[in-house]
Amino acid sequence: MHEQIEGQPVPADAHKGPGYMTIFWWLAGFTVFEVAYSTILTPPKALLISGLVILAGIKAVLVALYFMHLRFERKTLGIIFASTLILGAILVSVGMAEHFLPRP
Amino acid sequence: MQHAAALTASVGPGHVSGHGTGHVEEEYTTTGIRHDKMGMWIFLCSEVMFFTGLIGAYIVLRFATPLWPVPGTVLNIPLTAFNTFVLICSSVTMVQALAAVQRADYRKMKLFLCLTVLFGAFFLCIQAIEYWKLLHEGFNPHVSLFGSIFFTTTGFHGFHVLCGVICMAFVTGKALLGKYTQAYHQGIETVGLYWHFVDLVWIVLFTIIYLF
Repeated sequence: MHEQIEGQPVPADAHKGPGYMTIFWWLAGFTVFEVAYSTILTPPKALLISGLVILAGIKAVLVALYFMHLRFERKTLGIIFASTLILGAILVSVGMAEHFLPRP
Repeated sequence: MQHAAALTASVGPGHVSGHGTGHVEEEYTTTGIRHDKMGMWIFLCSEVMFFTGLIGAYIVLRFATPLWPVPGTVLNIPLTAFNTFVLICSSVTMVQALAAVQRADYRKMKLFLCLTVLFGAFFLCIQAIEYWKLLHEGFNPHVSLFGSIFFTTTGFHGFHVLCGVICMAFVTGKALLGKYTQAYHQGIETVGLYWHFVDLVWIVLFTIIYLF
């Protein structure tokens, strides 16, 4: 950890954890794998969807934690953002439930 | 030490009176987070709900429609995968610009900001080419439910990218004029948050619309 000078911000790349270029290569690698997974490997539909959702989730989390610095921010921001994501997930789940649950 | 780092990451240098004068006044907030940053995060939360509506609509329609075309047969996946890579590149140059200004490396800050604008504009050009080809092949918003939701969702994202490029160009212009310093660079950080969010949304959209 760099010594903090009063009144000066901590450089964004001075935080602990992987560097920006490491995250970049992970994101690029995941994207290539995603395309190959859906177009070349073509697994069964359920496996394809769950695999792609997991990969997209990992990529989105990497961007939020390291590029948006959520990992190094106050927890308040994380709670605000996470609560919105939970609300969004509920919204999509309710829509999905209409299709998958048996109708009366 | 970790707490101090977290505090400065959130509060930053505070309000600066007089650009480049080195005189820094701490701005106190009830949350400990700068107002502009908090405002941007709340705006991004509203954007999450906006895109959740679009993505949710796509998923519900997709599962409710028996004859849904395989995206790979209609859309150009290699071209869009390359476009995704371009947007990821723009995100990394954006975060490198922020790191550069925090190190007082103004030459790299300007370079990375210019690259971010170029990558963003390049993304829009590729999307325009994709649209043009699709429309030329007869795939338009009127042709099917897939066409309708595809153009709505990617179009709104493209509009967000366009807004981001305009804001980024403004910030880059200020940077080229020497308006940002190591102590005063909130504009870069705030616009950067928006830009990374646009990248994050595209990562999800690309998977759901192009690969499912």
